[in-house]
Parts: sequence; structure tokens; C-alpha cells
Amino acid sequence: MGESVLFEFLHREMVTRVQSQAGDTEHGKCVSTLEGMGFRAGQGLIERFTKEAPAFKDELDVMKFICKEFWTNLFRKQIDNLRTNHQGTYVLQDHRFRLLTPVSNGKQYLEEAPKFLAFTCGLVRGALSNLGIDSTVTAEVSVMPACKFHIVMQKP
Amino acid sequence: MSRQSRRRSEKQQIDWHLPSTSSTGSAYHMGTELFILTYGTLVAQLCEDCEKDEDINKVLDKMGHNIGTRLVEDFLARSNITQCRNSYETAEVIAKVAFKMYLGVTPRVTFWNQAGDDCSLFLEKNPLRGYVEIPEKHSNLLYSNMICGILRGALKMVRLQVDIQLLHDSVNDDKVTEIRMKLMRRHKAVRTVEKEQKHPVGT
Repeated sequence: MGESVLFEFLHREMVTRVQSQAGDTEHGKCVSTLEGMGFRAGQGLIERFTKEAPAFKDELDVMKFICKEFWTNLFRKQIDNLRTNHQGTYVLQDHRFRLLTPVSNGKQYLEEAPKFLAFTCGLVRGALSNLGIDSTVTAEVSVMPACKFHIVMQKP
Repeated sequence: MSRQSRRRSEKQQIDWHLPSTSSTGSAYHMGTELFILTYGTLVAQLCEDCEKDEDINKVLDKMGHNIGTRLVEDFLARSNITQCRNSYETAEVIAKVAFKMYLGVTPRVTFWNQAGDDCSLFLEKNPLRGYVEIPEKHSNLLYSNMICGILRGALKMVRLQVDIQLLHDSVNDDKVTEIRMKLMRRHKAVRTVEKEQKHPVGT
């Protein structure tokens, strides 16, 4: 499973690079650049994943796919907890997010966490976008390496 | 939502015996896909950031170098390779074990020079170039240059200095990627600790 490791290393270098380009004051720019990159990658990924799969029954089916197969193929584990209000808002909880485990194991470097989550938020948003779902994806961290992804479906 | 399912007639070859976690694809293939697609978005972003192709190539090489210095530990942990005795073995390990492990392909090692320290790695089907088309204005872009950086950084950590160049990168109709690798010299190991133990102060 060497490829996943390669991605993790690449992701870390990318975050460093984008941050150095964005500069110290432009925290938002760094996050949005990474999110945009993730979006493009997510669009491509979901096409390959679902090439031979039947159509999804409904929104919840899509979210379950994201939590199980999609997450497993990207991060070698499933989402630990999925919550929804059945009105278009979903909260995905990962107790040990693989891209955060090298950063810290607690509250240290909490302010750096958003940069490491931006690409993944984009991945999910891109994947959903190519499945026909418009959404906004944000991430929330209080104690690393656990984090939550908030997905809000946009009504057309 | 309705979707057209495109059936593939050829079976996907699974080389690594990893359990299939998804009905749509093996875990192995998707792992590489994520890396390939992410790499693509990175290069696209660099094309926006940098004006000249040469700058992009330099950035890719530098990032690769940083990755390589850490990747080598992962590689050594996974592969249990013992020290290579000569350049031939080094090149073989790189091509047959390392490339296979991380990119799923095995480049051909050929064109050894007389001294036996200069060779070419040929990738018939570069996985990084799978879904990529490079526009005309970036004709000097060495798309896979990060691989060179990774190799350089990794070999540096095992005290081998190399001069690695991406000669040819699947441009236009040519599908082959060629990496030229010249092993320059071994760095000398520093043995100050042992010297102190042999000649303790005071005796």
C-alpha cells in the first residue's frame, strides 16, 4: 500500500508550498487554493471510482458511499461516525484522520490544522459535484487527529 | 440521477494481493489514482504560480527531494532490502522494488555506460501522465520531474550522490519517459564516535 504513503508525503509538501506562496498574512488564500486543488482531484477520482457502479438511490446512499468506500480507498479506513439532520446537512467524523496524525496528537498546532484539511474538503466537494450534488464542505477540529467534516447540500 | 455505466471489457490486473474494499475497484489502483490526480492539480497550480517552465521544473525537483528524504525510510522499512553491492543492484532495486511499490510500474534499466555507473530508466507507460495533456505553451515542462527529485533525495539519505535527469517525458506522440541516472560517488561515513571510544582522553 505504498501509494497512499506517497500521497500523504505529497500532500504535506503541497501544503508547505502553497503556504509559502500565499505568505504569512494570507491564511485564507492558502486554504482556498488547496481546496480548489482538492476539488479538481475529487472530480476526477469519483469518475474512476464509480465507473462500473450502479446509480445511487438517494443522497443518503451517496453519503454512505463517501463514508465507506471513498474514504477507505483514500485513507485506508472508514469514516467513524455519520450524522445527518435529514435536511441536507451531514457531519462526518473521523477519529484519527490520516493527514492530521503527523501534525499533532492533541491541541498543539491547532491553528495549523485548517491547511491540512482544505485539500480533503475540496476532494469531497469535487466528488459530490460530479455526482450532481452541489455542496459546501468545511472541516472542524478541536483535538487532533480527530476532525469533523460538515457537508451542507445546496438546494438548486 | 441517471448515469451511463461504461463497461470495461478488459480485466484489471491486480498485482498486489490486497483485499478489495470496494466493488468498483481494488484498493491498490485507487491509491495510485489519488496520487496521480493530486500531482496533476499540483502541476496545474504551479503553472499558474510560475511564469517559466524551468521554474516549475525546479520546484518539482525540490519538492521531490524533500519527499524522497523521508520516503526512503518508508521504503527501507517495507522492503527489507540489504545494502546494494554495486550500481547495477542499486538500479535494479530502484526499478523493480521501489517503482513497483509506489507507482505500480517497473521501468526498464538499460543503456549502461562503460564505467557502469550511468544508466537509463525507461518507463513505457508513465502512470503520472495517465490523464494529462500538456498544452503547447509548456513545451519545456518536465512533468514527471518530481520523480527525479524523489530519487535524488532518497539516494542522498543512503549516502549516494546521483545526478538524475529527466531526459524525455512522453511529449507529443512519444509515450516513453526516460530518466538518466548517474551515480557519482558515495559520501564518506563520518566515524568520529568510534574514534573517541578507541582513544579515550587521559590514557
